[in-house]
Amino acid sequence: MTAAVTPATGTKSGSSIRTPERPFRRKKQIGGRARANILLGYLILIGLALIYIYPFLISISASLKTDAEATQNALSLIPDTITYAAYERLFGDVPFPQWAGNTLLISVVVTTGRVFFDSLAGYALSRLQFRGRTVVFVAFIAILSVPGVVLLIPRFLILQQLGLYDTYGGMIIPLLSTAAGVFIMKQFFDSIPVSIEEAARIDGASTFRVFWTIVLPMARPALVTLFILSFQGSWNELGHFIVSRQSPELNTLTTGVASLVSGQLGSGNQFPLQLAAAVLMTIPVAVLFFIFQRRIMNTTAGAEKG
Amino acid sequence: MAVNAAPRPRRGGGIRRGEARAGWLFIAPAVFITAVFLVIPIALALWVSMSDWNGFQSPLNPRVNFVGLENYAAITVEDGLDQRNFGTAVRNNLYYVLLVVPLQTIISLLLAIQVNRAALRGRGFFRTAFYFPSVTSTVAIVVVFQFLFTASGAVNAAIGALGIRGPDWFNDSTGLVHGALSAFGIDSPSPALAEPGFLGISGWEWLAGPSVAMTSLIILAIFTTSGTFMLLFLAALQSIGSEIDEATLMDGAGPFRKFFSVTVPMLRPTLFTVLTLGLIGSWQVFDQIYVIGGGSAGGTISTPAFLAYRSSFVDLQWGQGAAIAFILFVFIILLTLVQRWVLKERTPRKRNRVAATEKIAANDSTSGGLR
Repeated sequence: MTAAVTPATGTKSGSSIRTPERPFRRKKQIGGRARANILLGYLILIGLALIYIYPFLISISASLKTDAEATQNALSLIPDTITYAAYERLFGDVPFPQWAGNTLLISVVVTTGRVFFDSLAGYALSRLQFRGRTVVFVAFIAILSVPGVVLLIPRFLILQQLGLYDTYGGMIIPLLSTAAGVFIMKQFFDSIPVSIEEAARIDGASTFRVFWTIVLPMARPALVTLFILSFQGSWNELGHFIVSRQSPELNTLTTGVASLVSGQLGSGNQFPLQLAAAVLMTIPVAVLFFIFQRRIMNTTAGAEKG
Repeated sequence: MAVNAAPRPRRGGGIRRGEARAGWLFIAPAVFITAVFLVIPIALALWVSMSDWNGFQSPLNPRVNFVGLENYAAITVEDGLDQRNFGTAVRNNLYYVLLVVPLQTIISLLLAIQVNRAALRGRGFFRTAFYFPSVTSTVAIVVVFQFLFTASGAVNAAIGALGIRGPDWFNDSTGLVHGALSAFGIDSPSPALAEPGFLGISGWEWLAGPSVAMTSLIILAIFTTSGTFMLLFLAALQSIGSEIDEATLMDGAGPFRKFFSVTVPMLRPTLFTVLTLGLIGSWQVFDQIYVIGGGSAGGTISTPAFLAYRSSFVDLQWGQGAAIAFILFVFIILLTLVQRWVLKERTPRKRNRVAATEKIAANDSTSGGLR
């Protein structure tokens, strides 16, 4: 975790930290056969990259086609006639803006809550001495292995019991904290030295004040990690919103677009419409991904180095 | 590290005053949410799985009866539709796991090795390309895949160019093994294989292989998870470092020899992590199947996770739905325990922490987790 949360060091393309220069130069001297190998390697990689990217590209292009063209000429990258009909329908016949609003609201609240509550708990489990701390920590570790998918029925049951079913509360509150988030934050706090806080404490600052003004600012890398995971997680969440609501007004992007797929809106395959929805719902996560790209890649990449 | 957190001698009042109260206050929200929305609900569902609740009023109302293990029996040992549905779901998921886990491991390892090459230009671009599908929502990916894999879709257009006539992927319920056998003229089972067997499914049906529809979902799974696992392998490869690379080069090992005698053994812990994470994640496949509609393709894409949902929310057989969920729950916990146990055995103490972090990071992007 240490390495994971250290900001990527200053090399221009963060990822190339490990690129040693010598082998590169040596390869240049090897000549013909090696060069052919390198070329072949690139060709394989480019082919693979195409397989991974092309589906997204033709989806964008097909969302700008007419229904008929999208069906008949699926492989082509450039539409014969560009039409925004799918997007117009999305903002006309389909309550897409409402879905987006719900998803945005829920994601913002859930992300804020998770970052705050999980770092509070992680800090307490890492630093504060209190009876029962070990028990709580072990319990969180145990909960880490509860598979999310078996929670669908239980979550519905409890929301119904508490009268929270089909409300924003029921959609948001259960997601406000996760054992994984607590664990990530605890690991991070374990890795930073305790001396600075102790100085502040000796000066008489309250525990919360120390946490809020001194510890949290130092924890920025871990907070960013948690922020990314939480936002992406709640933006893309499907299962919980299937079992926590039924009103169409509470549809999120995931449940709403899923209902488009099952063809609730009229006949035909409506590929451009569905693809337009998929493209639009991907944009925020994609933007987040590109902003924090280096950090995301290092979140997992750094972990192994320990 | 852990040293900081170790309990230290009490210092009387001083700076530790009020810490116990603060400690409990700090963990209160997380503990409350976990208790109310995770622990208690699981207990409630355990009760439902042993009751005859039909979805009306509260499951705790006095008219709901305790029926013991009846619901569990209905799906496992009693002949009937419920048992066959469960058996089919288990079979479908089994083939899904058998194909997804090895393929995603191999592909992500190969991607990592390609992307890790020292003299690669544009490696950032390639990493992004391979990782991007892991970031997007399953719903969006399913939309894209349904479009690509329709009868007249891009995939069939592409393989049509090679002279192969593609199937109607997501609606084709033919098992791959059955399909292959019928190419040899074997269209029906021998009498022994036609008898109902384990979980009410005949041997012939057990051997059907994944349906074409399920195969499309297998491709989808590999497409979305290989990026995440690539990052895990990449990290491990980078920690091997260039010294060993050079040493192997000096010793005159060729690329294949190097791969199997140096790289793979050194990656063993990560390999194990990826395999078990894949195993745990692919028994939980739900989102894709929900979006496509688990009843399509002749029931050949239904999985236990989806069946649990459908039995409860659609068929209102809450007891059976909860029972399926619990069987799945226990099974996945067992897999997790085996994983933790082996990782503990294998890795020196210092790395347990690392393994756990790694697990969380990958879990988030492959299965339920934070997602």
